[in-house]
Amino acid sequence: MTRDQGARVPLDVDISDAELERQLKETWSSKPGLWGAISTVDHKVVAGRYIATAFVFLILGGLLAMAMRLQLSQPEARFINPDRYNQIFTMHGSTMMFLFAVPVMEAMAAYLVPLMVGTRNIAFPRLNAFSYWIFLFGGILLWVAFALDTAPDVGWFAYVPLAGPQYAPGKRADLWAQMITFTEVAALAVAVEIAVTVFKQRAPGMSLDRIPVLVWAMLVMSFLVIMAMPAIMFSSTTLILDRLVGTHFYNPAEGGDALLWQHLFWFFGHPEVYIIFLPAVGMVSTILPAFVGRPLFGYMLLVMALITTGVLSFGLWVHHMFTVGLPRVGESFFTASSMSIAVPAGIQIFCWLATLWAGKPVYKTPLLFILGFIVTFVMGGMTGVMVASVPFDTQVHDTYFVVAHFHYVLIGGAVFPLIAAVYYWFPKMTGRMMSERLGRWSFWLIFCGFHLTFFPMHILGLWGMPRRIYTYQPELPWTSLNLFVSLSALVLAGGFLVFFVNAIRSRRNGLPAGSNPWGAATLEWATSSPPPPYNFRRIPVVSSLDPLTPGENELPVVAGLRTDRRELLVTSVVEALPQARESSTTDSVWPFWAAVATSVMLVWSIFTPWAVVWGSIPVAITLIGWFWPKGSPEDES
Amino acid sequence: MFSASLLVFLTGCSGNQSALNTHGHSADALRDLIILITVVCTVVWLMVVGFLLWALARRREVPRRDSDTERKMALSIRLAIAATILTVAGLTIASFYTTRDLNSSNGASLTVRVKAQQWWWQFAYQASDQEPPFLTANELHIPVNKDVRLELEALDVIHSLWIPSLAGKLDMIPGRKNIITIRATRPGIYRGQCAEFCGLQHSHMAFVVVVEEGAAYQRWVAAQAAPAVEPAMAEASAGKAVFMSKPCAACHTIRGTSATGTSGPDLTHVASRRTIGAGLLETTRGSLAAWIADPQTLKPGNNMPLVPLTSDELRQISAYMEELK
Repeated sequence: MTRDQGARVPLDVDISDAELERQLKETWSSKPGLWGAISTVDHKVVAGRYIATAFVFLILGGLLAMAMRLQLSQPEARFINPDRYNQIFTMHGSTMMFLFAVPVMEAMAAYLVPLMVGTRNIAFPRLNAFSYWIFLFGGILLWVAFALDTAPDVGWFAYVPLAGPQYAPGKRADLWAQMITFTEVAALAVAVEIAVTVFKQRAPGMSLDRIPVLVWAMLVMSFLVIMAMPAIMFSSTTLILDRLVGTHFYNPAEGGDALLWQHLFWFFGHPEVYIIFLPAVGMVSTILPAFVGRPLFGYMLLVMALITTGVLSFGLWVHHMFTVGLPRVGESFFTASSMSIAVPAGIQIFCWLATLWAGKPVYKTPLLFILGFIVTFVMGGMTGVMVASVPFDTQVHDTYFVVAHFHYVLIGGAVFPLIAAVYYWFPKMTGRMMSERLGRWSFWLIFCGFHLTFFPMHILGLWGMPRRIYTYQPELPWTSLNLFVSLSALVLAGGFLVFFVNAIRSRRNGLPAGSNPWGAATLEWATSSPPPPYNFRRIPVVSSLDPLTPGENELPVVAGLRTDRRELLVTSVVEALPQARESSTTDSVWPFWAAVATSVMLVWSIFTPWAVVWGSIPVAITLIGWFWPKGSPEDES
Repeated sequence: MFSASLLVFLTGCSGNQSALNTHGHSADALRDLIILITVVCTVVWLMVVGFLLWALARRREVPRRDSDTERKMALSIRLAIAATILTVAGLTIASFYTTRDLNSSNGASLTVRVKAQQWWWQFAYQASDQEPPFLTANELHIPVNKDVRLELEALDVIHSLWIPSLAGKLDMIPGRKNIITIRATRPGIYRGQCAEFCGLQHSHMAFVVVVEEGAAYQRWVAAQAAPAVEPAMAEASAGKAVFMSKPCAACHTIRGTSATGTSGPDLTHVASRRTIGAGLLETTRGSLAAWIADPQTLKPGNNMPLVPLTSDELRQISAYMEELK
């Protein structure tokens, strides 16, 4: 890099598009080969890996669910022994929540947000790469433990004292707590990147009231992560301390408190649900307009509903604890706060219904999944209102009714929109369309399979079937419904199989998509499919909420960025006025080594507290490598 | 109405551990609340889905985005939001009143201490005017139409007491004492089960609640408070000797004998109980023998070790147990 201010630096003005693309490609591409792949910091490559890995964990978690349904298909079955079964349901919950749902939503954010706000890379790209490796290693840790028959067996919620040193000997609960550390580090990293990207890297003119709803949702999600994760970080750390060095945070005999764990865990655990759900509703709000031929109705209301939901989500945690014996005033307060979340949820439903009512629906697969989402999620919302009532909850808490409820909310409310999102953005990510025929098959199989599997669970719960039991006795009236549920689960699994086959086949053989196959209005469709490493040839300038509305003039662009180094535009928080040209970091293999060193330290610390001392040395070394000064002046402008 | 009739229909075949088939004052009130909220929610859901189907089915040429349409939609959404707020406020008030009624107890006539542990229930009855205190396991007897106060404690990990046909659940947390008052309105046998995941045999931690008329209940109390009967048959007497000489007595109490262990269930009147192994098996001589011979196969991981016995000893001990009515 030249230090000479007078020397001419190559800018993107006065050159042909082809020459500009060549220069940008040279600057922004990663090196080929293994090292290039490991050291890349391109948000699309990293997020693509993140998404693919998360879906692998979805498949693994789904296989565990099928194993549980096999065991429960008949009373006193002996397919799976109780020890293995407890590992399986713990792994199912932990995998789905920590290794699939949260990571896949954050990965969608890491892929889409930079494109939707019109910038060239995510903020802190190396941190993004680090986050992926940490997430991958944490997931591998948990699954290797499962393969070795030492997976956690205390539930994904790890209530003490059952998960404490006395009742959970061995390393199983430590592995769970440390897996939490991995995923929370990974999630926090992405959350910070998203927040900074949204606040400081939006295309010029994209003021706060022109941010796409999905980007708003991802921003609120990031703040939830930043505020909720410290609670789980504290609780998992104190659990490890209780287990490893003999502290007594949760030991009532020594002045600790078993309920403290539940408060801390659910102070994180409830916002966690919205960390998964808000991106999903953001997806619905963003996808819907493309299939009804009109803009979304009630943009401002929807954004306010997202923020309100985010704020309220921190006042609801006690509704996971309605049966612990609460004071009366607390009961009424948390009933009211839990019910009040129905209001922002209702607002969003009404806005979508209005948009559908005024539009002309085109029944492509993404819209089918959105309609399935509305039908299913509203049901989950209704059972949510039911369990929000303390007296009602005392009969259904920890029963299959609740299992049904949260699968309606998480699968119906988050996975349906996620699948819609995959069908919708797959052409952008791969340049190819997914098959509509298989898409319809996957929708109907998943939709019908889902309801047949989970609706009967409401009834089982009211009939007294508790959760987390590995078997039940033949004299109880649950046998035939359980068999029915297990058979229906096969239909649901078949639907997911069709979806995955479709994705894998279409990646190679799908029809070419073009840059904007759905005629959508947001910025990610303004570049080619798949986007080039630099995302946009020139940074677009935004003058409306729907910059690509058909019939409007060609998108205006910014000029004046350097082409010989990775440069992007920093804009102001509210108005998105251009403030500076900022350099974006180059590829580096150090985030990978830092993740390796961190993982070694974390895994080692399961066995001895001294690992934190000795393990921090390689971590420090890799961080020094990561942040080693480049010797070039930053931000000349 | 549809959902209400469905719920009533579902009550019929739901057994004696069901939140819909209720015979306790608290569970009855909860059942009414469940039906109320379910009906309201079903109506709301049908309205949403009905509107959705209408929105999809209505014929139109082009998407509408004129200002008149937008204004109409804004008004409808305001009305819908107001309706949502009123509905959830109404349901909040309904649950508040249900909770208040649940706690309108007029003084309990009987207090039983319930101690939950991995993976069985101990019920400790206090001394009354006529009878000394006594312990039983996995079977709670209560008089009908009387308020019974249950003091809930957990000895190891968190458990949760749940008798769906009589009352909602309440957790049992080490280091804390929770109190629940139940009142059964009809004699009968109800089933309860641990509702908080508590480890390996969480699935096999059940108990029965026997609700009896006053006189029958008093007879039961008198029988339970008495010490164990001396075995009548020779085989059972031999069984008693085996029991006292083997590790059995280290964990189990049989009042009136030298067996005073406390880590396992009190066996003074084990044969009077309907089930063994915390609701696992019906009490018969055969099931007693099967349990003693190999508890770890019937309930893997439970805290009763396999005590090696000859087949004669096993037969004798089961004969003895069977006589402990």
